[in-house]
Amino acid sequence: MSEDPKSQESTVESQHQDGSGSEPADPEGSDKGRSHGAEERRRVHDMWVAGTEEPGWVATATDEGAQELLPAGLDPALATQRGVAVVDDYVEEPRLDEDERQVLNMGPQHPATHGVLRLQIELEGETIRRVRPIIGYLHTGMEKTGETLTFMQGGTNVTRMDYLAPLHNELCFALATEQLLDVDIPDRAQAIRILMTELNRVSSHLLWLATFGLDIGALSMMLYAWREREVILEFFEKVTGLRMNHNYIRAGGVAADLPEGWESDVEHIIGIVRSGLADYEALLNENPIFVERTQGIGVITPAEARAYGVTGPNARAAGLDYDVRKVFPYSGIEQYDFEVPVGAHGDAFDRYIVRMEEMRQSLHIVEQVVETMPPGDYRTTDRKVTPPPRQRIDESMEALIHHFKLFTSGFEVPEGEVYQAVESPRGELGMYVVSKGGTKPWRLHVRTPSFATVQALPVMMTDLLVADVIATLASLDPVLGDVDR
Amino acid sequence: MTDESQIDAVIPAASTVAEAVESAELSTFTPRGGQTYVIIDVSRDDYPSLVRAALDAGYETFIDLCAVDHLAREPRFDVVVNLVSTQHGERLRIKVGVPNDDPELATITSIYAGSNFYERETWDMFGIVFEGHPDLTRLLMPDEWEGHPLRKDFRIGAIPVEFKATR
Repeated sequence: MSEDPKSQESTVESQHQDGSGSEPADPEGSDKGRSHGAEERRRVHDMWVAGTEEPGWVATATDEGAQELLPAGLDPALATQRGVAVVDDYVEEPRLDEDERQVLNMGPQHPATHGVLRLQIELEGETIRRVRPIIGYLHTGMEKTGETLTFMQGGTNVTRMDYLAPLHNELCFALATEQLLDVDIPDRAQAIRILMTELNRVSSHLLWLATFGLDIGALSMMLYAWREREVILEFFEKVTGLRMNHNYIRAGGVAADLPEGWESDVEHIIGIVRSGLADYEALLNENPIFVERTQGIGVITPAEARAYGVTGPNARAAGLDYDVRKVFPYSGIEQYDFEVPVGAHGDAFDRYIVRMEEMRQSLHIVEQVVETMPPGDYRTTDRKVTPPPRQRIDESMEALIHHFKLFTSGFEVPEGEVYQAVESPRGELGMYVVSKGGTKPWRLHVRTPSFATVQALPVMMTDLLVADVIATLASLDPVLGDVDR
Repeated sequence: MTDESQIDAVIPAASTVAEAVESAELSTFTPRGGQTYVIIDVSRDDYPSLVRAALDAGYETFIDLCAVDHLAREPRFDVVVNLVSTQHGERLRIKVGVPNDDPELATITSIYAGSNFYERETWDMFGIVFEGHPDLTRLLMPDEWEGHPLRKDFRIGAIPVEFKATR
């Protein structure tokens, strides 16, 4: 309903009831504005905001009261279920009074937690005295799901765990399955696996650099690093058909051979990322703000890293020389020449330095793979895991049945149990697979690197300032899909 | 399984660990083209002292702790600990059986601090109680959850998802 300029006589209420009033309250100088008291003006204002004649109703309409996570009546039931007297390690110190101490809940919806991590932080002024990481907000029961999927389907499940390093997850699952199956993998498939996972490491580290920069205020990193990462994701899309969750590395080899002209694509990536890395280091390495915010922040010692199971760049930044690729090599990575960068201080700055050098080393490996890519099959010819060639299906009924059986019921895996680890961008990613002879794993346990890192957060954050929580967390690169599974 | 002397030659550190307690049984498994695994089966009573011996023998990196539900087998559960010695370049897997009627095991949080979250997850998922754990609460599932979802007899899809509007 349009407002008639002559309807000055009409009440303010009716104007707002229409929902078409162009003025928040009656205009200055009008008779009505003066005649109403302050209380009435307040009511009109509320009405304007609420868009109804009874603003009081709006205020209560959405007020359902505080959400109770744990109703009081449930306590005894829970105690029985737990079977133990639960002792919380979060005890209050008696020497401080309420004014000096406060508990701050950071997350689970905080943008700098890179997902849904909740940190319960006890502060004394601005200093952190205790941290309690609370996880599980992204738990989707993928280990349970893994038990209901065949070994052939399992790749689609595990690739969604660490969504920034999907190829490492697939590789780990494929290697574990192959160990149980005892099949040989052609050299070309091995080389493709190394090529793809090392490129994935670069893309994951670039994303880490982008968000790390963003979180500590170097906003341009967000734009630059995403730009370079995009080139790698485009290559992934060309090879696997998808930008993430590829299901490309499968038991027996890989899903498809590399496309025509992949060498020039990879060389293009190497060139772009190398020049990008030089630019970032020019921007960051001696940037006083960056150095101030990262040096001496979030320190972890080698002994602590060992005890808490922290692996990968986070442990290497502390001087712990442990890389799965060197100690327990997989997929023929021992043929390639690369170095493992090791830091000394275990702080956020060393983690940055280590990751930058890791990207260079990964590009070096990729370069060698391009030079030495062996010819041959991209997957094993073992018909137990690989379907017959397409043309055979047209000729032979048996081939068709074989193909059908393979994709409906999957292949049988002999009884056994294996633990297979790969070096994911975040550290040691391990899968413990138990098979009882069948097409599905009896148990699939995933040892994720971020889980151990999040567990060690209290060690790194205690006695820091509250602003350093973000810098520490961002430098550790936890992926919550990897933590909660 | 290879014979004793061969194991001693390949994995001196692991055999010292196995000698530390009486109930320890050492076995190895070498997958094709892979590295040899060392697996030590141990009884429930000897488990903490074996883990302590492993730390002393140089397996200083805590990697993993999880459980497996074998359902029909006795003991029903296996708790599996994975350790790494970076100086020896070796992995060690410790397995301990836990029966269904008394699902309890001593905690190793005082030996490896990192086992804290892993034991909480194992309690959460399998209902295995780790005696002496400082904070044995649910880790991944909601606090008010009933049951232990990774047990094989836990029914999938048995819990309806309810929305307020439909009640």
